[in-house]
Amino acid sequence: MSRAALLLLADGRFPAGGHAHSGGVEAAIAHQAVHDTDSLEAFCRGRLHTTGLTMAGLAAAAAAGVDPLLLDDAADARTPAPALRAVARRLGRQMMRAARATFPSEDLERLAAERPQGAHQPLVLGLAARAAGLTPLDAAHAAAYENAGGPATAAVRLLSLDPLDASGLLARLSSETDAVATAAAQAADRVAAEGIDALPSASSPLLDITGEQHAAWSVRLFAS
Amino acid sequence: MHLDHPVTMPQRHTHSAEPLSADGTRRALRVGLGGPVGSGKTASVAALCRTLRESWSIAVVTNDIYTREDAEYLLREAVLPPERITAVETGACPHTAIRDDISANLEAVEHLEETLHPLDLVLVESGGDNLTATFSKGLVDVQVFVIDVSSGDDIPRKGGPGITTADLLLVNKTDLAPHVGADLATMADDAKRQRGDLPVIFTSLTSDDGIREVADWVTAHLTEWHAKAAV
Repeated sequence: MSRAALLLLADGRFPAGGHAHSGGVEAAIAHQAVHDTDSLEAFCRGRLHTTGLTMAGLAAAAAAGVDPLLLDDAADARTPAPALRAVARRLGRQMMRAARATFPSEDLERLAAERPQGAHQPLVLGLAARAAGLTPLDAAHAAAYENAGGPATAAVRLLSLDPLDASGLLARLSSETDAVATAAAQAADRVAAEGIDALPSASSPLLDITGEQHAAWSVRLFAS
Repeated sequence: MHLDHPVTMPQRHTHSAEPLSADGTRRALRVGLGGPVGSGKTASVAALCRTLRESWSIAVVTNDIYTREDAEYLLREAVLPPERITAVETGACPHTAIRDDISANLEAVEHLEETLHPLDLVLVESGGDNLTATFSKGLVDVQVFVIDVSSGDDIPRKGGPGITTADLLLVNKTDLAPHVGADLATMADDAKRQRGDLPVIFTSLTSDDGIREVADWVTAHLTEWHAKAAV
């Protein structure tokens, strides 16, 4: 494996469209659930252990070579809010464009042909990791990190927080991020024996509800 | 010295620099319009649509700071049918969406090309930004930087990538020059110094046919684009 490839894939500057998404924090800020560094940390922690764990499991399974079409159905089942399904597929299309150009592989080409309207983003991330010679655990790390890092960056812009507080917050979440990635990779490892239901299916109903509401706002800064 | 790959772009997935799509059909010319807030980008897009829509098949992508504001202006003005106008959200970073991570804009452009095939021209309007905001060559073929005389006649002198490198510099609101004390001759001299032979157009979009010169410039690029695609 190339550690540098993992850094590239997990870098917020990787041009896969993530910068325009807040991971639900724009809606949370509007409801004043997030208003300072502490409440942002609570939000990121909650997202990491719910949506983050689920996405990391899907990414790890894709990187492990589990059939991406099965995983795409599993991702739909784990994403009840239609608006967030649409977002996941849109980000999946954008990740696919970046991944095909950066880490070309037959797996990516096949999925792009089979899901021209986009597969769920974590699967594409997982296949990109696989193409880069990374492990399922690496893919889970990238997905888990992105799940907390995305909202933290968005909140810095929306609340004018001190960016140093935001990076401190992400550093404090490091060991939990590692634990989530490990749990996700272990679950992906069990898919061969136990089937797709071995993957995590943690959800956060409030994110689903506010995600659906956010999609209907007429004025917003972030796409989700 | 920089050496190219022996094979030209072995892994090209954006198809953005070629006049033909992957399936061999001609894609639309993509023109970016950038510049500071309030300089007249949306007004330029609206005027271009009105002037060119009878001759060419046109679509527009807007990158609002707050989504849909510009798209809704274009709809209200009815310059194009709604299915020809798409708004892209930029996560509070308009320059990122046109330069560093162009994926959402490319998606929007390609979706318009698919649903409105064959398109001749896609105008991509950036959100209002600063003097350093330029479009990636992966997103647009040519770009226009729009400034106006009322924001200060020292802007061309200040330069920045938008002023110095845009394929066309459009200086709008020349009718306001006497009221804000802007010296158009100085602006023209400074622009010439910053841009060399690259074109500059001074206009007032509120005047009759104020967009004419710009429309002619776009038409020249469209004609050239067609000729390239036909080879």
